Amino acid sequence: MKKSLTRRNMLKTSTAAIGAVAGAGLLKGFPAIHAADAPVIRYLGTAVNMGDAVQKKLFDDTGIKVKFIVKTTDEVVKTIFTQPNSFDIVDSEYFSMPKLVPSGNLLGMDTKRIKEWDNVTTAFTKGEVAGKKIGDQGTAPKKVMYLKGAKSKEFASEPTQYVTLIPTVYNADTLGIRPDLIKRPISSWAELLNPEFKGKASILNIPSIGIMDAAMVVEAMGEYKYPDKGNMTKEEIDLTMKIFTEAKKAGQFRAFWSDFNESVNLMASGEVVIQSMWSPAITAVRTKGIPCVYQPLKEGYRAWAAGFGLPSTTKGRQADICYEFINWYLSGWVGAYLNRQGYYSAVIPTAKKYMEAYEWDYWMMGKPATADIMSPEGKKLASKGEVRDGGSYEARMGGVACWNATMDENKYMVRKWNEMIAS
Amino acid sequence: MMKFLKLKPTVGLLSIPYSLIFIFFFFFPLTLTFIISFWDYNEYSIIPDFIFENYAYIFKDCLNFEKDICVTFKTYLSTFIFCFITWFFTLIIGFFVAYFLAFYVNSITWQIVLFLLCTIPFWTSNVIRMISWIPLLGRNGLVNDFLLSTGLADAPQEWLLYSGFSIVLAFVHLYTLFMIVPIFNSMMRIDKSIIEAAYDNGANGLQILWNVIIPLCKPGIVIGSIFVITVVMGDFITIGIMGGQQIPSIGKIIYVEMSYLQLPAAAANAVILLALTLLIIWIMTKMIDIRKEL
Repeated sequence: MKKSLTRRNMLKTSTAAIGAVAGAGLLKGFPAIHAADAPVIRYLGTAVNMGDAVQKKLFDDTGIKVKFIVKTTDEVVKTIFTQPNSFDIVDSEYFSMPKLVPSGNLLGMDTKRIKEWDNVTTAFTKGEVAGKKIGDQGTAPKKVMYLKGAKSKEFASEPTQYVTLIPTVYNADTLGIRPDLIKRPISSWAELLNPEFKGKASILNIPSIGIMDAAMVVEAMGEYKYPDKGNMTKEEIDLTMKIFTEAKKAGQFRAFWSDFNESVNLMASGEVVIQSMWSPAITAVRTKGIPCVYQPLKEGYRAWAAGFGLPSTTKGRQADICYEFINWYLSGWVGAYLNRQGYYSAVIPTAKKYMEAYEWDYWMMGKPATADIMSPEGKKLASKGEVRDGGSYEARMGGVACWNATMDENKYMVRKWNEMIAS
Repeated sequence: MMKFLKLKPTVGLLSIPYSLIFIFFFFFPLTLTFIISFWDYNEYSIIPDFIFENYAYIFKDCLNFEKDICVTFKTYLSTFIFCFITWFFTLIIGFFVAYFLAFYVNSITWQIVLFLLCTIPFWTSNVIRMISWIPLLGRNGLVNDFLLSTGLADAPQEWLLYSGFSIVLAFVHLYTLFMIVPIFNSMMRIDKSIIEAAYDNGANGLQILWNVIIPLCKPGIVIGSIFVITVVMGDFITIGIMGGQQIPSIGKIIYVEMSYLQLPAAAANAVILLALTLLIIWIMTKMIDIRKEL
């Protein structure tokens, strides 16, 4: 009798527990912005550049809270398609726009509601840096920036009031190297397939970005000159993959990476000495005290750009809060925070206000540091006298050769990429 | 008889919750996967249709014997080889660990303690394991340091990491437990007097093992094998991490297709993977009738 009673009690408690868990799950399903006080924004993105400091500062300044939904680049896109109501704001890359815009799941963003719109860098709005045209192969932001209307599913070729994403952050990517293990200058993308680094090279296993790095290498080797690297024909994809398949079979690559941390580990452990890399990964290796250089190369950089979008169902107060958040984001504090990580803020003049003069000179002007350069977390990134890899903003962004891209033959490209991995 | 008849509706009622779970979370999604594998798709949506293109693409070039072996066959072949080697080692190691636990460790407390020790590989996350293999097996890792300092090798051994070897090592490290548990369970059910009888009749240790213990452990061995084989067939994380993303797996192909929203193609691959895995399990259950043995 006693036994059965205990069992019944236990059943009761566990049912209650299950009920509570299910209830909590249900609650999460509702739109987060509901109550009139302490609004919470569900922020979908990779969040590689977002730290606790941003959340805290945001709350102090505006009373808005952010809940991050962290996913990889590809999964962010998938979430916008499959669960368009699971977030309030999305941090996405411009190269996803050719896929996303026709689906109608994103709202055209009203530039009239963005205070700093006129100060957004010309790299986004015109494809120019300091008045000079920069490379626009691939999905350059200006190609997919403007919409024909707030609910439009088509891009406009001329500037309009409505844009796909409000630009936030961008950078010029290149190869990362271990100068202490290579012991000679590296100046070309072609070095990735140099047999000298057999078994010590790596490339990222995210097809849409990896293919662009691959194209930079193929062109640098003088094998082929693409009319547009960012929009290859089937034959061009075959050619690119053939060169990489042969290199892979010959043992050129130590590993491929698909996760940010993997690239850091490969580089820090010395398993790999030259590879595709992202800016914060370089910083992560360096803060371990291991020399690592984001090597500028003569063929130029592969650039990417990201911005904020809203789901097409957004309206009323929810929209107000999201626009308030975006305006805060562009008002300078975050811009300085991004610049200090080696990225670039979309609105440069406001970011400048929040940076010390010596920081500005190092990060943006390419001048030697006059004091130790610290990361936003307070770790040392560079000593006095050092110069930023690649130099000034104008030198780096001006040297962009192509942008991350979605190709017309994307389906074919992904299949061919899979075949290369399997070979 | 009356009692049985009276019970019957209750039995039916009791089976409803599980049946519902089974229908909603197993049968329904699987049927959906099967249906979608015949659909068409574009960049951002899947289009209801009835086409065989998804399947045709998987086996494209596979019947052309003049060319190299096709990607699909190559991937399955490599997966089968990993399956077999992993199955072999987990079986040998798992069997003897279970044998030791069942017949040489007499106190329940110690059996539990030692069992917990076997679960250690599951205490850490994939990310931590991924990081910790590098200092052990990497170019500048402990094993290579040892080989170089003792003169057993004159250059760092690169095949230790990001190779077939490291994949099998990680699989065996992780999944031996899946063999130990069911085999141990079977062994504990063996009536000790049977072993004594064999001994009294003059059988030696090896003969007892071969003629008494192994036949009686068959259900455990088959269940353990099903666990290991199904897990390895569908794996892409371990193969990805330990193979340096350079060794193919069906799971990875499905994963990439899904992240590019090529859901029908992924569904077609999943259906084929499921069919093959079920076939293997079917063959194994033909060899031994688990239901009867249990």
